[in-house]
This record gives sequence, structure tokens and C-alpha cells, in this order.
Amino acid sequence: MGQKILLEKAHVPGIRTYEVYRREGGYRSVEKALKSMTPDEVVEEVKTSGLRGRGGAGFPTGMKWSFIDKKSGKPRHLVCNADESEPGTFKDRYLMEFIPHILIEGMITSSYALGCNLSYIYIRGEYMWVFRILENAIKEAYAAGWLGKNILGTGYDLDLHVHCGAGAYICGEETALIESLEGKRGNPRIKPPFPAVSGLWANPTVVNNVESIAAVPWIVNNTGAEYAKIGIGRSTGTKLISASGHCKNPGVYEIDLGLSVDEFMNSDEYLGGMMDDRPLKALVPGGSSVPILPANLIFKTAEGNDRLMTYESLSEGGFASGSMLGSGGFIVYNDTTCIVRNTWNFSRFYHHESCGQCSPCREGTGWMEKVLHRIEHGHGREEDIELLWDIQRKIEGNTICPLGDAAAWPVAAAIRHFRDEFEFHVRYPEKIKNRDHFVAEPWEKVKHMVAKEVV
Amino acid sequence: MEISNVHQEINFTEALLNRIAELISHYPEDKRKAALLPVLHEVQDAHNNWLSIPLQDKVAEMLEIQPIEVYEVVSFYTMFNQKPIGKYMFEFCRTSCCAVRGAEDLMDYTCNKLGVQEGEVTPDGMFQVVGVECLGACGYAPMMQLGDYYKEHLTKEKVDAIIDDCRAGKIDLHKQAITE
Repeated sequence: MGQKILLEKAHVPGIRTYEVYRREGGYRSVEKALKSMTPDEVVEEVKTSGLRGRGGAGFPTGMKWSFIDKKSGKPRHLVCNADESEPGTFKDRYLMEFIPHILIEGMITSSYALGCNLSYIYIRGEYMWVFRILENAIKEAYAAGWLGKNILGTGYDLDLHVHCGAGAYICGEETALIESLEGKRGNPRIKPPFPAVSGLWANPTVVNNVESIAAVPWIVNNTGAEYAKIGIGRSTGTKLISASGHCKNPGVYEIDLGLSVDEFMNSDEYLGGMMDDRPLKALVPGGSSVPILPANLIFKTAEGNDRLMTYESLSEGGFASGSMLGSGGFIVYNDTTCIVRNTWNFSRFYHHESCGQCSPCREGTGWMEKVLHRIEHGHGREEDIELLWDIQRKIEGNTICPLGDAAAWPVAAAIRHFRDEFEFHVRYPEKIKNRDHFVAEPWEKVKHMVAKEVV
Repeated sequence: MEISNVHQEINFTEALLNRIAELISHYPEDKRKAALLPVLHEVQDAHNNWLSIPLQDKVAEMLEIQPIEVYEVVSFYTMFNQKPIGKYMFEFCRTSCCAVRGAEDLMDYTCNKLGVQEGEVTPDGMFQVVGVECLGACGYAPMMQLGDYYKEHLTKEKVDAIIDDCRAGKIDLHKQAITE
């Protein structure tokens, strides 16, 4: 059984309310930080913890905090990125919906560490009921004196508000999020300057994921050194994993980093194995933007090591045979899943969500979707697979923000690991007339048709 | 930019004006534009879930910004509707995690039951079925958004019940403050 840091109190009745949250020990980190620590000491604790950004990039949070410009004399801002929109990822919603005060407590302590007097939580517009929950929790925190002027009589002032987006995945990218928060279209900004120097209204700004900020109260209460004892190597602490697809027990789980993929996938404490006991075909371990792994690379790396739920182990082998921990969006696919259809589905998503600012992304995502659509619908051409490979390479690394990479990687990984399935679609279009074709004819039964031709 | 020529009754009630004032107060005095997205949500909710050009102009006036600054935002974000929509818009998530758990079949079922193609509004203006990209409910698939609500772990029977509830006027599309 792993340690619970974020979800320890999740099942306490009424924990959504201030009264119960406070009774269960909530807001202690604010008291401790404001009354007995300097802002720099809080930053040092977070650095010591080894906490890495939980939104997907995995950049060390304490180091990110230390980049904030303190010399400009401008107001500073902390913005919580709650624009959770990556397919497969729904962990932040769970935290905000059931334990909203843990995020507010983390925002206050983190804002104090960064010297911010005005902070925001930017939440995706579709989570409107969660927006209302947060609004209410913030009102409770104001009423109890944890927000506003002269908090706890320490002379520290902080205003905190929740701001809703309106349905654009790109706003999860930190500079697009800032643009959106300023009331504009969510077009990412060219970096540098980084938000730590010029962010919200050109003021120094730190943008952190919900889960990262929610971990700060525990770190301040228990020390960064204690947090660093959890996990393995540079993957310290716990991580929320949101599981979906063809597993028995989809949902949100808090795990110690370092748990084996096998145990997470198959033990009753977590996913409980495959739905309907069908064979596992593939897995996306960190949200739709990370490379898909075929069954033979899920539990063991290409080097034969046990695959662990860590930043390092999941990426072992690079993209040739590895993937990424990403946001922890763990999507499980059984043998009935058509990889071509699934790749087309992801491409449709990225095409729809491209902000259109960069030509390679604007044009390339649509082109990939179009080619994948015709392959999936029985009109593919032999050269289409190479064409797809070529397009994704031309997108990757050639856009202002990482959405281009996120669109390219799933296509590259699908071709790399499931090329024969793409070839099957092109050569035997009569067998792919409906969306459930692999339910009628599981891939294991038909893949020999491609192999024979190759021979 | 999509422009509808359907007339829209504009009505800023006192409650709506108070809410807008509250939202504007969340941003520095000289940064009123930042309130644009939250304000548009409130205004749209209060005006049958769509934003005509005159209504967008009114929002621009209230926030002391140019109308084009509102148009470019409304046309960028998928949650803002530029023409009238069905009273009950069933927004089915069709991205991978929902798709592999049967979302596409369920969407077909709903369309057939209501006698519409994807995107169409029923003749009585009551229902519309659309496919949307990831709604962040992957572990609770298949699902759909209906107003401010998520309807999850859907089955054909649950869809039938939701349609019946809509017809009976039992569905409140916009959620009030949640306190417990």
C-alpha cells in the first residue's frame, strides 16, 4: 500500500467544506510558512523535496520557482493550471472536486513563497461545476481569514480567484493560458521571455499544475527531505494516475513513484487487470501526447528491466522503445482496439485543438488526420504510411509550443510499433468496413496476412 | 466568422449585472478585459446559450473594449455558440478513451432515437447531439456534457432516462453554488 499525501483525506465525509477540512488539519502549512518560515525557506523545502511538475513536463518545481524575477519590482503572480484537457487525464478534477481546500491551501503557501499578492486558478470551462465548488471554497477561505489583507496578522496580503476557460486544449500550455487569462485567444507566446520574467500582464509569473501545488502543504508540514524519501531516484513523492480504457477498475489512484507497471496494472489494489480478461494490446502511460507502447514493452523495457512508474523508467530506451510518464493519463487498450482508428482519433483531436498559429501544426495536423481517415476507411494508398511518417517529422520541433510534438508523437509511435496493422488496412480494405472489425477478427488472427506478403 | 441573423432578446437582469460586476472585481482595475471569458459564460447562460453580435457588442461596451476583441474570442473557444442551439445539447465525448468504451455507438443510438444527424437540432428545438473532443472524464466513459453537468458511465437506458427528464423539464442546465 502506497503512501497517501494528496488523497489521504479524500474519503472523509464533508471534506469538501472548510469546516471539516480545517478539523482534519487543513491550513497548517499556511500557519507554519507565514509565522515561522521566510519565503526563501519555503522555496528551499520544495527544492529539497525533488517535486517535479505534475502537469506532464516534469520540470523541478523548486527550480522553476527560483527563476521568478524578484528584482523588477513588478507585481508577481502564481497561476494554477487547472486546464486539464489531455485525453486520458482527469486527475486534477478529482482533487478539485473532492478536496478543493487542499489546492487553495497550496496556492496560499506557494504564493507566499513566491511573493505574490494576486493569484489565479485557471480551470477548463467544461468543469463548470468544479468551478462553482472552487468559488465557494475560496469564499470560505476568505471568510475564515486565510485570504485577503493581513493574513494571520502577519502583514501578508493575498487575493485568489478562479477563472474559467472556454474549451480550448491549447490553453493548457502555460503562455497560451496566460493569454487566455488576459481575455484573449489562447495563442502561445514565443519564449523567451519566459513567464518567470514576463508572464501575466507582463509581470513575473509562475504557472504550476494543480497536483504540484496541492503537494506543497504536505512538503511544508513534513519537510522536503521526508517527501524525497518517497519514490525512487529523481522521481520523488507520490503521483496521481488517472486510468481509463479497457482495465477492470478505471479511476484516479495515488501511487508512490517507483511502483512497477505490472503491479499497477494487475493488482486488485489498483486496476485489477484487463476488463473481460481480454489480452492487453497496447498502453499509453502518460496522456495522449506520449508514445503508445505495445504489449511486449509495457512491463519490461527493451533492456529487460522491470518497467516502473517513474519519469526515468517509462522513458527508458527513448522513443524507440519507451514512452513518458507525462501527466499520468494511463490508457489501456485490449486486443479489440484498432490502432489505426485510435491513431486517427488522436489526430482528429490535435487537429481540432491546434490554435492555428504555426503552419506546420495548423496544416500538418489536418493533413495527418486526413491521411489516417482514408487509411482507416479503406481508401489508403501504399505510400500513405511513409507520407504520415514524413508529415509528423516535419511538425515535431517546428512549432512555438509543444502541441506540434504532441500531435506528432502518437502517430510516429503507432507506425513504429504497429506498422503491420497500417499495412493491413491499406492492403485489405474489404476487411475494415466497420468500426469493430477487430472484435470480429482479432488482430492476432489476421496479422499473418501482412507477414505472408512481406515474406 | 459565423454570423447568425436570428434575433436575440437581450436582457441584463439585476442579478446578471451584479454577477458581472463581481467577476470584473477579480482583476486589476486597468485589466477589465481579463474578465471577458467568465463574463461571456454568464451572459451566454442567461441568453439561451448563444451569443448574437448585438449581445457581444454589449459585452464589449461593459468591459470597455473594442467589439472585435470580443468577436475574436467568441470565435476561438468552442464553448461559445454563435448561433441558436438546441435547448438540450448532448455533447458526447468521442476521444479515444470514450471511443473504446462505446461512445460512438451510444451517440448513434441517441441520434437515431431523436431522429437527427450529428449536429442537427430536432424540429421542436429541444435537442441537439454533437460529438466533442476530450472532456476529461476518461475513467467514467462513455459520457456526455449537458449544460454544466457531466453524465457519466452512460448506457442506452441512462440516455433514455435523460431524454425523458429533459422532456419533463426536470433538468437544470446551469448549476448553482455547491456548498457540501
